[in-house]
Amino acid sequence: MKRVVVTGAGTINALGHSVPATLAAMQEGTCGIGQLEFRDVERLQIQIGGQVRGFEAEGRYNRQQMSLYDRFTQFTLAAAREAIEQSGLTFSGDLAARSGVVLGTAGGGVSTWDDNYRAVYEEGKNRVHPFVVPKLMNNAAASHVSIEWNLKGPSFTVSTACASSNHAMAQAFAMVRSGMAPVMVTGGSESMLCFGGVKAWEGLRVMSRDACRPFSANRNGMVQGEGAGIFVFEEYEHARARGAEILCEVAGFAMSSDAADIVMPSKSGAARAMAGALQDGGIDPSEVGYINAHGTGTAANDKTECAAVADVFGPHADSLMISSTKSMHGHLIGGTGAVELLACIMALRDGIIAPTIGYEEPDPECALDVVPNEARAAKVKVALSNAFAFGGMNAVLALRAV
Amino acid sequence: MSTQEQVIAIIAEQAMLEPADVTLESTPEDLGIDSLGLVESIFAIEEAFDINIPFNANDPAASDFDISSVGTIIAGIERLRAEQQG
Repeated sequence: MKRVVVTGAGTINALGHSVPATLAAMQEGTCGIGQLEFRDVERLQIQIGGQVRGFEAEGRYNRQQMSLYDRFTQFTLAAAREAIEQSGLTFSGDLAARSGVVLGTAGGGVSTWDDNYRAVYEEGKNRVHPFVVPKLMNNAAASHVSIEWNLKGPSFTVSTACASSNHAMAQAFAMVRSGMAPVMVTGGSESMLCFGGVKAWEGLRVMSRDACRPFSANRNGMVQGEGAGIFVFEEYEHARARGAEILCEVAGFAMSSDAADIVMPSKSGAARAMAGALQDGGIDPSEVGYINAHGTGTAANDKTECAAVADVFGPHADSLMISSTKSMHGHLIGGTGAVELLACIMALRDGIIAPTIGYEEPDPECALDVVPNEARAAKVKVALSNAFAFGGMNAVLALRAV
Repeated sequence: MSTQEQVIAIIAEQAMLEPADVTLESTPEDLGIDSLGLVESIFAIEEAFDINIPFNANDPAASDFDISSVGTIIAGIERLRAEQQG
């Protein structure tokens, strides 16, 4: 089996339009959540979110591209450019033929659906733009990455709600590790912050109206975010031979299914995914210094996740750090694991642990070191990144400092 | 139908019981209604009475709407109808 390393990272999210800007914001404990701004927002009961600001598609993409790129594709392409430029790779010949792109998204082109339903139902129009389908399809972003960077190997999109990008990165990792592909571009993106996207979530009654406060006793729900996180996963010897900068190693992963409830999380499903990732990576639980939590800020997730961590790590659960950066960038749904992987890279490479902001009151059911409110310096050898989706589908990645 | 009869009909349907088996003292737990079932019941009540019920599934106790029994739910609905349609 091959070793797999990360040689490029890119992002756009509510905290910043690049990896350095995002990590600086995480280190400062910046909150990217604020009043939502889009058409018909006044008809929503939930009016806050981690919205990307100052991102003008006009000027960045030409007219033809604009007719094909939903906002989730726009985010993906911006983040992919940063990641691939950092890696220093150009794809041609055999490398292009064997390298691919696997991305996660839960909703795909949600705002394209929204805009066009509004046009035909509310405005009574009987004609839509010819590119509505290629613009909204869930694999549009992955396809445009493959087209832009000449990636001709295995390419597809994974959709498992809030675990989409972790499942996608797990696939990319498995492909590089097995030798199927020397390089995979992977991660995920989401852009649901439009009237229909937020209205659907509002219906479930799990959204907070004021803030995302994971693990805090007074937490009252999740807050949506948007954006993308894209990475270059590369076979270790391939990266070393060309002298590439290595951000960290992807050491293992595991996936599990609760096979229980469609929305309520399961302690055993989460625990099996975490324990499985450790086993897959040959990692002793005592090596883990940091967990980037799923940490949605709902009553159910946070207590279940903490109980699962206690089960997997035993007494070591009290000495590791676990934080939820969703408190800062919101829940990016299908893109969330990708943006959260950046916090793991910061822990492993820079020795800085991103905080859980908005933490106000200890909760006895979440009695772990959640790195409340302020970032911390700490040397970490191994980090886990958790994602536990609606539908009971879980994916956990294990990363190691290089 | 009175408000009480309508609410009992909605809750009975959610719980898959006969309306006669639902009393004012029944709690959602008594009737076997879980958190998701409660969210669905609240939605059905909002639709039936054209009101907005402030209910957050993360912390039902903190919502300004008492869901501890069928009787308190009915009282809450009557208050909201008066406020929101008055």
